[in-house]
Amino acid sequence: MYCDKVIELLKELERSREDTIPPYNNDGINQVLSEMKTLDAEIIDFLRKQKDNLPLDAIRLRRAAIERNKRCLMTYIWTRLQRLKEMRWEIGAILPSDVRQNLSQSEIEWFNNYCKTLVSYMKTIGSDTGLNLTQDTKPPKSLYTEVRSLVDAGKLELESGEVLILRKNSQYMLSRSQAEPLIRQGILEQVRQ
Amino acid sequence: MDIDIRELIDDEDDENQEEMTAQKVLQNVERAWLNEKFSPEILPHQTDYVECLLEQIKGMEGNLAKLSKTDPKVDLHKLELERIKFVITSYLRTRLKKIESFCVSVLEEEATRSEEDKYLSPAELQFAKEFALNADNHFDTILRHMPQLYNKLDRNKKIIEPNLNSFVFLKCNKHIDSVIIKNTLEGQEEEIVLEDNSQHLMPYSSVAEFVKNGTVQLI
Repeated sequence: MYCDKVIELLKELERSREDTIPPYNNDGINQVLSEMKTLDAEIIDFLRKQKDNLPLDAIRLRRAAIERNKRCLMTYIWTRLQRLKEMRWEIGAILPSDVRQNLSQSEIEWFNNYCKTLVSYMKTIGSDTGLNLTQDTKPPKSLYTEVRSLVDAGKLELESGEVLILRKNSQYMLSRSQAEPLIRQGILEQVRQ
Repeated sequence: MDIDIRELIDDEDDENQEEMTAQKVLQNVERAWLNEKFSPEILPHQTDYVECLLEQIKGMEGNLAKLSKTDPKVDLHKLELERIKFVITSYLRTRLKKIESFCVSVLEEEATRSEEDKYLSPAELQFAKEFALNADNHFDTILRHMPQLYNKLDRNKKIIEPNLNSFVFLKCNKHIDSVIIKNTLEGQEEEIVLEDNSQHLMPYSSVAEFVKNGTVQLI
C-alpha cells in the first residue's frame, strides 16, 4: 500500500528512546522518494493518455499519497533535529562518536551551524564574555553538592585556587557550578541524599 | 521654607526614576521570567533589565571575593547569586525555546512590528534568522529529491503557531474594567471585571495585552 514505507520510518524513530538518535535511514528515505517519483509518473501518465474522461479519483489518491509521504518525511527529519538539539544542550558541542556515526552529512552540518548560532548568541549577553545558558539548568538548592568520581580524572583546579585530585570512587563536596559540567561529561556522579 | 521642602522631595523622585535599585531590577526580571514561562507566545524582551542585573552580579561577585572565606555570610550570598543566575538563564532559555519552536511565525510577526516595539532583542533576532535559514537548508537536502511539483515547502505547512487560547493562571495587579472572553464553541462573548489582587484562570488570548503592559502577572 502507499505510504507504508514512510510510516515504517516514523515508527522506527518512535520506538527508539527519546534521548537517542537511531541511525539515519538513508535506504528508507530513498525508497520513499522513489515511491513519490513513481506516483508522480503515474499521474502524468494518466493525464497524457486519457484526454476526455480522466480518472479523477485515481489522480487524487496519488496526489494525496505524495503529499502524505512528503509530510511524513519532513516529520522524520524534523524530529531528528529536535533530538539533536536536545543533545547540544545536554552534552555540549562535541558529540560522542557513536551519535555522530548515526547522523547524515547534512545533519552534521546543521548541528555545527546550530552550535555556531547558539554560541554567538550567548556571547552577546552581558558585557564581556557572555553567559553560558547551558549551565544553571536547575534551581539551586544548595551551594555545594556531593559527587563521586567515576574515573581517575586527575587534577581539578577549584574556583578558590586550590587543586583537588580526583580519584576513582572517592567522594567530594564541590560547588554546583563547577560540578555540573563534569557530571554532564560523565566524569562525576551525583550522590543522592 | 515650604517650597524648599517640596523641591527636596521632587529631587528625590527624579533620582528614583533614573536609578532603579538592584532589588527593583531583580523584581522586574523575576516578573518577566514568570510571564515568559507561562505565556504560550513570546513576549517583548527585557534585555535592559537582564543586562543591568548581570552587571550587578559582577559587582557583587567582586565584593564577595574581598571578604574572608570563613565568613558564614559569604556562602549565603553566593547561594543567592546562584539563584539569581538561574532566573536569568532560565528566562533566556525559555525565550530561545519559543523562538526555535515558533521560528517562522515569530519572524513573520516581528517583521510587522515597528522599530520601537520589537519583541526580540537584536541578538535574538539574529539567532532566529540563522536558525530558520539553517533548518531550511537542511530540509532542502531532502526536498530537492522530490518530484518537481512537490519540492517546495509552503509556509502553511511549515509554520508552527503557539496556542493563544491555552489557559493561564493570573494575578491582577490593578483593577481592570473589562476583559472580554470569547467562547469559541458557542460564538458568544462574555465581559468580566478583574478586581485588584484577584486571581483567575482564563484563556491567554483574553489577557495578552494586559500581560504585555504589566497590569496582569501570570502565576
